[in-house]
Amino acid sequence: MTLDYQPSQESLSKLTPVLTKRWLSPDAWKIDVYERLDGYTALRKAFKAHPDELIQLVKDSGLRGRGGAGFPTGMKWGFIPQNDGKPHYLVVNADEGEPGTCKDLPLMMADPHSLVEGVIIASYAIRANFAAIYIRGEAVHSARRLRAAVEQAYAKGYLGKNILGSGFDLDLVVHSGAGAYICGEETALLDSLEGYRGQPRLRPPFPATHGLYASPTVVNNVETIASVPYIVLGGSAWFRSMGTEKSPGPKIYSISGRVNNPGQFECGLGVTLRQLIDLAGGMQAGHELKFWTPGGSSTPMLTDEHLDVPMDFEGMAGVGTMLGTTAVQVFSNQDDIVYATYRWIAFYHHESCGKCTPCREGNYWMVRILHRILAGQGTVLDLDTLLDACDNLLGRSFCALGDGATSPVTSSIKYFKQDYLDYIEGRKTPMFKGELVGAH
Amino acid sequence: MAFSEVTRERARQIIARYPEGRSRSALLPLLHLVQSEQGYVSPEGIAFCAEVLDITKAQVGAVATFYTMYKRKPTGDYLVSVCTNTMCGVLGGDKAFEALRDYLGVDHDETSSDGKITLEHAECLAACDYAPVMTVNYEFFDQITEDSALTLVKQLQNGERPQPTRGTRLCTLKEMAVQLAGFADDRGDDVIADGPAGEPTLAGNRLAERFGIAVPGFDPETPITKKAEEAPKPTETLPKAASDGKPAGDGPLPQKKEEAKP
Repeated sequence: MTLDYQPSQESLSKLTPVLTKRWLSPDAWKIDVYERLDGYTALRKAFKAHPDELIQLVKDSGLRGRGGAGFPTGMKWGFIPQNDGKPHYLVVNADEGEPGTCKDLPLMMADPHSLVEGVIIASYAIRANFAAIYIRGEAVHSARRLRAAVEQAYAKGYLGKNILGSGFDLDLVVHSGAGAYICGEETALLDSLEGYRGQPRLRPPFPATHGLYASPTVVNNVETIASVPYIVLGGSAWFRSMGTEKSPGPKIYSISGRVNNPGQFECGLGVTLRQLIDLAGGMQAGHELKFWTPGGSSTPMLTDEHLDVPMDFEGMAGVGTMLGTTAVQVFSNQDDIVYATYRWIAFYHHESCGKCTPCREGNYWMVRILHRILAGQGTVLDLDTLLDACDNLLGRSFCALGDGATSPVTSSIKYFKQDYLDYIEGRKTPMFKGELVGAH
Repeated sequence: MAFSEVTRERARQIIARYPEGRSRSALLPLLHLVQSEQGYVSPEGIAFCAEVLDITKAQVGAVATFYTMYKRKPTGDYLVSVCTNTMCGVLGGDKAFEALRDYLGVDHDETSSDGKITLEHAECLAACDYAPVMTVNYEFFDQITEDSALTLVKQLQNGERPQPTRGTRLCTLKEMAVQLAGFADDRGDDVIADGPAGEPTLAGNRLAERFGIAVPGFDPETPITKKAEEAPKPTETLPKAASDGKPAGDGPLPQKKEEAKP
């Protein structure tokens, strides 16, 4: 796709190239290039401030977690008990794997030092001397760049003992996972980082007091930490000049699917889907928007009724879904919502860690029911069974994987029940060969 | 079989990365390490990890069987993974996987009879803007079709190493496992430089560049408010606990009682 399309002025005005700006410099992964592009100036500035002042700065900026939940970052940092005599830890969640999400890997690939710099500043603020970036195993290309960046940062004295003469010490480890979506859940991630199966922990206690090695720990997403150097440099008022009052700042929106020019679009929080599709060159010829996810498959789907809802934390909550990871997957009238749901539930079934019965068994049965509907052997009662399974899943597992699995099912039945009935009542050709599963 | 001295030395280096007394954190990289020598996690590999960490084989086995990247039987030189999660699946990933399955005569998680290629379907590989995608030893081939997937696999069978769309020139799966164990790629800077950001990654940037869009008011000298001064209190609204709707999230609402802390 050539870039000759012309989005409206209104859509263009939503673009806020901040975190992604350095991506245009192909060698920004090299430390000397990064330094020429203002790299590590935020760190020097941060070291002149008291750690508490940095926590206050991040609180003032209104930065909210970019990994999906949107918890205020400064508040999370503030929960770390100080002068408690225990070691503190910073863990970066780089286990990107929520279906549709593809923002953190390109960030670490194109601009890994911005994450490393953010890690050092955040660790200094919470008084952590050991930090780990838990990167998804499959993400070898990003990990290669990140490991090179960490080595270069050590060689230049940005990591290790007495960084830049500040008296502050920090060791940073890049830890590759091994293929488990569940490890994107923060307590499962901590268990995995400790060398165990990645299974979620019961909370409380929360990681702020009992995280890595049962010590106070901040777990933040890549994009959250990468935002920190810009806040340190530009200040909280400048950061708040982007986005909305309750959801300030820039955010990387990832648009995929039936648009002409899919990709990463960094906009102020609160951009709408209509504007994003406009920025992405419009819908592909012959495709009309049918359903879309605002932030990955774990966020309930929306339809063409929601083209003008602001995509910030509040706007998405207002229409019964969540902002999630701003992974905007756009599907058209040529895509099959029942198959899409089936495929996502097959994913949750595969990725359920098995710890909690509702999630383990619920997904096991839901995938079978969806399969038999697609095989033309479903009954109307199957829809009730699916919703009943969701009732028994939502809020009944240790972590949000189980909750997330109900999203595609309940939202697709809510908006597109007719598509299910078309399979059930024989108006649509079965997608799979007949296979009798479970009791009818 | 006994593990080589190189592997033993690497195991010591891996353990040294983690805080003292926390050697068990080395288990995931150690499992990648034993795969780098044997191509899969064998019973000997499990025993090796147990020995160097001074834990039981059962403890290692429980972890090794949990993660999909640890293979339990010998693998080929090339692990071919086709994303068949929803987005890639509907855009052509399903068809590409079926074509490879039929051509190679193997199903998911099986290795071709010549021992060269292990096929698998993968879950979302976090490259949906390049969909449909596949990877060879985790290096990306973007916007694939049935035909391009078949051509790629035939090239691999012929001993060629086609250049990935992103990422760098292919190495073997065993060589890749060394990197997964946390060792830098020692093939040089050109390998790290390979595979610059593709157009989808830069899509928003290109628009901003073309239309001269920048965020105004950025002053890197903006002072950081001193502790003693009273900072303006921003409106802070706690998100509802329900907003923690996905596992990749930043975590749930911390205890309410801690809210009062300064």
